[in-house]
Amino acid sequence: MFPTPVQKAAPWVRHAYTIILPLALIVWLLPLIGVAITSIRPSGDLAAGNYFGIPSRFAGFENYTAVFRDSPIGWYILNSFKVTIPTVIGAVGLACLSGFALAVYKFRANLILFFLFVAGNFIPFQILMVPVRDMTLKAGLYDSISGLVLFHIAFQTGFCTLFMRNFIKSLPFALIESARVEGVSEWRIFRYIVLPLMRPAIAALSVLVFTFIWNDYFWATVLVQGQHAMPVTAGLYSLNGQWIAAWHLVSAGSIVAAMPPVLMFFLMQKHFIAGLTLGATKG
Amino acid sequence: MNSFKAALALGYALTVSTAFAGELVVNSDQTDPAPKKAMETLIEGFKAAHPDVTVKWNNFDHEGYKSAIRNFLTADAPDVVSWYSGNRMAPFVKAGLFEDVTDLWTENKLDDQLKSAVKSMEIDGKKWGIPYSYYQWGIYYRKDIFADQGITPPKTWAELIAACEKIKAAGMTPFAIGTKALWPTGGWFDYLDLRVNGYEFHMDLTAGKVPYTDPKVKAVFEKWGELVKPGYFIENHAAIDWQDAIPQFVQGKAPMYLMGNFAVAAMVDGGLKEDQIGFLQFPEITAGIPMAEDAPTESFHIPSGAKNKEDARKFLAYLATPEAQTKMNEVLGQLPVNNQSAKSNDPFLKAGFEMLANAYALAQFYDRDAPAEMAKAGMEGFQQFMVKPDSVDAILARLEKARGRIYK
Amino acid sequence: MSSTVPATSSYWKRNQQRLAPWLFLAPGMIMFSIYVIIPIFESIWISFYDWDGLGAKTWIGVANYVELLDDEAFYTSLKNNILWLVLYLLAVPAGLAVALFLNQTVIGIRLYKSLFFFPFVISQVVVGLIFTWFYAPDFGLLSALIKTVTGESIAILADERYVTLGIIAAGLWPQIAYCMILYLTGLNNINPEQVEAARMDGAKGWSLLWNIVLPQLGPATFIAIVVTVIGALRSFDLVSIMTDGGPYGSSRVLSFYMYEQALSEYGYRMGYGAAIAVVLFMIMMVFITLFIVRMLMQERNA
Repeated sequence: MFPTPVQKAAPWVRHAYTIILPLALIVWLLPLIGVAITSIRPSGDLAAGNYFGIPSRFAGFENYTAVFRDSPIGWYILNSFKVTIPTVIGAVGLACLSGFALAVYKFRANLILFFLFVAGNFIPFQILMVPVRDMTLKAGLYDSISGLVLFHIAFQTGFCTLFMRNFIKSLPFALIESARVEGVSEWRIFRYIVLPLMRPAIAALSVLVFTFIWNDYFWATVLVQGQHAMPVTAGLYSLNGQWIAAWHLVSAGSIVAAMPPVLMFFLMQKHFIAGLTLGATKG
Repeated sequence: MNSFKAALALGYALTVSTAFAGELVVNSDQTDPAPKKAMETLIEGFKAAHPDVTVKWNNFDHEGYKSAIRNFLTADAPDVVSWYSGNRMAPFVKAGLFEDVTDLWTENKLDDQLKSAVKSMEIDGKKWGIPYSYYQWGIYYRKDIFADQGITPPKTWAELIAACEKIKAAGMTPFAIGTKALWPTGGWFDYLDLRVNGYEFHMDLTAGKVPYTDPKVKAVFEKWGELVKPGYFIENHAAIDWQDAIPQFVQGKAPMYLMGNFAVAAMVDGGLKEDQIGFLQFPEITAGIPMAEDAPTESFHIPSGAKNKEDARKFLAYLATPEAQTKMNEVLGQLPVNNQSAKSNDPFLKAGFEMLANAYALAQFYDRDAPAEMAKAGMEGFQQFMVKPDSVDAILARLEKARGRIYK
Repeated sequence: MSSTVPATSSYWKRNQQRLAPWLFLAPGMIMFSIYVIIPIFESIWISFYDWDGLGAKTWIGVANYVELLDDEAFYTSLKNNILWLVLYLLAVPAGLAVALFLNQTVIGIRLYKSLFFFPFVISQVVVGLIFTWFYAPDFGLLSALIKTVTGESIAILADERYVTLGIIAAGLWPQIAYCMILYLTGLNNINPEQVEAARMDGAKGWSLLWNIVLPQLGPATFIAIVVTVIGALRSFDLVSIMTDGGPYGSSRVLSFYMYEQALSEYGYRMGYGAAIAVVLFMIMMVFITLFIVRMLMQERNA
């Protein structure tokens, strides 16, 4: 193991480590802790200049209530779910199909197509902005959740295909070959042999795509304008414009908006990290 | 299958949101409390006058609206939209996205009643909307602090500078301002230019007829520099919005604020009593130049893609009436454009009305008089000048380059 | 399925192996082409026009690109993009350092690792707001700390000298977390025997890290560099949230400048915006090509 485990080190190192570890965490999360504390401050504290001291009283309840009652943030969060969930289903579904095709079959265009997906996944969004916005406008999908979902599915297909293809490649190919010998159709091979084995990849990818889409801000700004379809990232930014100088509300709103992906992360940590680090250890 | 169902549900949600006959769709950006209430008043009044029409009001976030409007004008146009007059509506008029409403003006004899706003609603000899409200700009000051320091409200530039010196010497900063959103700098430029060079020059400049490298423009920045260089504006103004600077005014750290009349509400909210706040017209700089003022006008327009233009015209006609404008502006705390509307008793509005009634001419505001791109480049330059006054030549050269490109 | 006509069935049977991949690929490829591949070419096309997004387009050839060459704001954006690229890459060694620090087996270390990783999960909008507050003059935590130490108040986001650095620092926070998790997984998978053998030979500390451990972390380093470079060039959210490109445009980056020109409050120049996007795309292509070449070599070896 590297570095040397502290258990084997000198006692003073061990003690130092146990002290430094929590301190480092506090410093690391300092901005977040500050915002969390601000979110439970009564507004009077801010007006009186008590920015960093102990809050004069616990006002978390009223601040968070105010955020939900006086702003459409609840609605924005609902929109975020309406955008995120269909995107996860769509992108992961399409990637299962195309990843299977690229992993299992040998044909001339295979590598070229694969790298097209990989490259597409890395391009700057701005090169797509004008045409995609235009196309969405013309299709009558501008300012709608479906317009946003369709784009996200298409774009995420790039990353998801890369992921699925590499995952299927690591499965034992013999399974597929023996099924072919027995005359099982290609679709049934996919559906009954490969797909069940892909479950861990599907779980990992879903969690990952959920976070990506939830946190998207750029496309929400470009393809949506009204409250009725606005996801929470863009919504929070527009609320920030209304809550000028009301940092207790901005803080509470930020924490509310960050909650779903954070919960997702803590609940599905294993899958999340498996997804993120696929390929970091090999290949 | 779930995603298919979801897609169906979404499709359904979309069809529901589109308009049907007899419904009037209004898009606007009145999310602040007072404008929101004023809009509700307007819609209620309209419904009472036209019970057969149902109004569907989509209220947008103020900043987002400015880019959103382009999309819905081209894609799915509502029947009525709020927007700004002058050059801010020019791109839409030129692209054929706004409906010509000259007929409404002639029918209802609005040229008389809405006289002060005729010019700002006209492009190519036609009218493109109905103005309903405007408000004055000027210097709001702390009466109590002026009294303490023995300062009388300045009427000339020399008096203003003297007042600033006194305030600075007393440990305060003369002017509050927040320039993060850029536009508050436009008010300063407008007034300095209007006072140094006069209305005609200012209009020529915003219309692109005069180079920014003209010595007369430079002269404006020299005057401005007399306030910037000694530190008469609060520090860190580029980091904050105009509302963030209000506490400095309220706490007496910066007893003057060049702003629109809407700032009074924020000052009172911040804890000041009305009699602590005074209003003064921007002082004279070049003697003998007639005093013109900034008075941005707010208006409603009909998109040419509107589905229910008949009711939209009814709505605009109602908006033009003295009654509708009286009621709306009472809530807004602004001045009705219709000169037959009832006058307000609010001391600030009274002062503003008097000033504007005697004004030589009214400018809209830098970002409405100049085309959008020029306004952006210009106000960025103004902000830079307020932080780095010594780079004035570089700034003006850059603005001149922008002018050369924008007004072809 | 079972009731297919024999004739087609035999054609299908004969060619199933050849046709199947295309059928599997079709839905994904169609979507990807419509929304990603074709728009790239459309954008390049639009960059040769003068277009306000409302009216008709006018062909102006390379005039947009010529104008870019003489545009101060473009150079500011380019300079900031380079700054982003260089400083953002600090996330890679910093991530490694944090990973080495946390690669222990003390009680609760799992929770510590999760909490250290946590910033990556948060949306950039929230990160931007958090750091805007953190930096705010007078009442921001960092400004207050700076003031107590130096006695001077600095408005980081309003000062052209510090603004881009301040935004990059905010961006580094989640990015370091990301690199850290990549390295933690990598450290988990290194060959303990090699490390022990090297220790026997007297290697320790830096030389052990450099000669034995780092080479085994190669794949993690590669991915960390890829995502960090892409992230640096894509930086849009933080600039938009924290400064809107200000003060007076000094924190713009290409991606933001493009948006500003094409779609923001005062921007109506789709053609010019597209030209900026094409330049950004070309820069990105250099890196994408490098990545793909490396991946291709790996495919060949596999």
